[in-house]
Amino acid sequence: MLEGHLDILLIAIVTAVACALLGVFLVLRRMTLMSDAISHAILPGIVLAFFLTHSLSSPLLILAAAGTGVLTVVCVELLERTKLVKEDAAIGLTFPALFSIGVILISRFAGNVHLDMDAVLLGELAYAPLNRLKAFGYDLGPVSLYVMGTILVLNLVFICLFYKELKLATFDASLAAALGLAPTVIHYGLMTLVSVTTVGAFDAVGSILVVALIAGPPATAYLMTDRLSRMLILSAIIGSVNAVSGYGVAFLFDVSIAGSIATMTLLIFVLVFLVVPNRGLIAIARRHARQKWEFAQTMLVIHLFNHEGLPEAETESAIADLHEHLSWDPGFTSQVVRYALNNRCVSRKETQLILTAHGRTIAQQALVQ
Amino acid sequence: MQAAEQKAIQVTDLTVAYQDKPVLWDIDLDVPPGVLLAIVGPNGAGKTTLIKAVLGLVRPAAGNVLIYDKPYDAQRRIVGYVPQRGSVDWDFPTNVLDVVMMGRYGALGWIRRPGKKERELAMQALEKVGMEAYTTRQISQLSGGQQQRVFLARALVQDATVYLMDEPFQGVDATTERAIVTLLQELRADGKTVVVVHHDLQTVTDYFDWVMLLNIRRIASGPVDEIFTSDNLRETYGGRVAFMK
Repeated sequence: MLEGHLDILLIAIVTAVACALLGVFLVLRRMTLMSDAISHAILPGIVLAFFLTHSLSSPLLILAAAGTGVLTVVCVELLERTKLVKEDAAIGLTFPALFSIGVILISRFAGNVHLDMDAVLLGELAYAPLNRLKAFGYDLGPVSLYVMGTILVLNLVFICLFYKELKLATFDASLAAALGLAPTVIHYGLMTLVSVTTVGAFDAVGSILVVALIAGPPATAYLMTDRLSRMLILSAIIGSVNAVSGYGVAFLFDVSIAGSIATMTLLIFVLVFLVVPNRGLIAIARRHARQKWEFAQTMLVIHLFNHEGLPEAETESAIADLHEHLSWDPGFTSQVVRYALNNRCVSRKETQLILTAHGRTIAQQALVQ
Repeated sequence: MQAAEQKAIQVTDLTVAYQDKPVLWDIDLDVPPGVLLAIVGPNGAGKTTLIKAVLGLVRPAAGNVLIYDKPYDAQRRIVGYVPQRGSVDWDFPTNVLDVVMMGRYGALGWIRRPGKKERELAMQALEKVGMEAYTTRQISQLSGGQQQRVFLARALVQDATVYLMDEPFQGVDATTERAIVTLLQELRADGKTVVVVHHDLQTVTDYFDWVMLLNIRRIASGPVDEIFTSDNLRETYGGRVAFMK
């Protein structure tokens, strides 16, 4: 039984990393929706190949599905090029049509074979280790692991070889074209791999999880770094963490593995979104709060500075009346005074608030700007 | 053809159309080597399209473009390109040095990665545009003028003979504008040919020595003091320019 766990975990991790790596480029090209489209539209390709081979594990299935995936991309782009339909609508028109053709084919010709809708959409990781690769009487492990392992290696080779071309085609396609680095070829290469990855993964984890793993880990990694190379590495790590933690949750609560991994993908994104330094929500809220106090402190020292040494200084700097001069809420005023005292911008002199040398510098600098 | 008559860029009978709507009508343009040329015309005149057609980025419906007597495909290495700043996503996860090194990708060719040499060339280019202090800065953290300088540095590392620039002055501050003009004039002094899509009619005579007036068709092109006349401008802008001295 322990071995079964390990198999499932390995399949989940390999699939997650394969999806997370390609996903980086889809997220940066604003094309994650295309992976959603491809993951559904490959169905007719799979069904037709299944009719030909009567097997769900034939390599022909992957090729046929990849072909349908690229066809989807071409259809969407052709529709878009008419300028009568925008990209989102073109995607929305294309993939349900192709998916439906697949559904109709199944219901008409393959009513009683193993090709049901639930498995297509959600997959069933728990069954993935049951289909095993055997040679010379030895059990070499689950077929899915080999399929996804090969696809992961393909993706890695593609990204490592064409890293520079992928980067330029994504950042500045027209310069890539002007330099002769064929961004269109790179684009269709990427789309072919997305199709291959999706069809390889769909049998094991289902198309919803494929979309979650293509969009989630890269979007999470994007929050954490501003280097493409690091974004790729982080995306792969986050994909693995999603897979492992999702599997743990599924095991603990005895629920769907694919569902748990998809849910963990979202949870980990939200967690990072909140806590990541500099651009996380908490960091932003803190920065805003600090800016608010800093600004109020600056207003206070400027007020004191403007009246310093003048006859009215005594009334203008009386702590008890400050809120009236500045038209601030009394509670807020005393908080600002405390903040400024803590920062040694001002000091107390009987009932008055007077500037320190530091506070005077702050006021002068603020007024110069 | 003799060297003295050689043209840096030669556009003949170029028509570009989207479906049946012409964007450029039968354009002829000869750019001699070593000039600083402004392409001027109203919005929608086809200025960007002309540059893109020279670079082979849009397919012409008719006509031909030669760079030093050869088609663009054969001359990629000697042509540097500065696209419009707004044409890329500045939130892309990369830094200043990395963007400048992209200018070397063409010379590197497929698969080969940039190395120490590319890094050094990029540093030199960044020094020329006064951005050497920003090498590791994430590109979204730059001002508009700084982004434009990074794009110029990226074209400089291409070490080209002919430069095509799409609105390098768009949205930059006065200091950057001066710095860019100085740089363009240095390029011309080095014998390079520089073609710039330009918007500000007031500065054409100060900055450029050649000008092309474009409004879907070519109105006129040649040395600024001959071509940049109020008659020609009125024809280009349809009588909507009242500023001329």
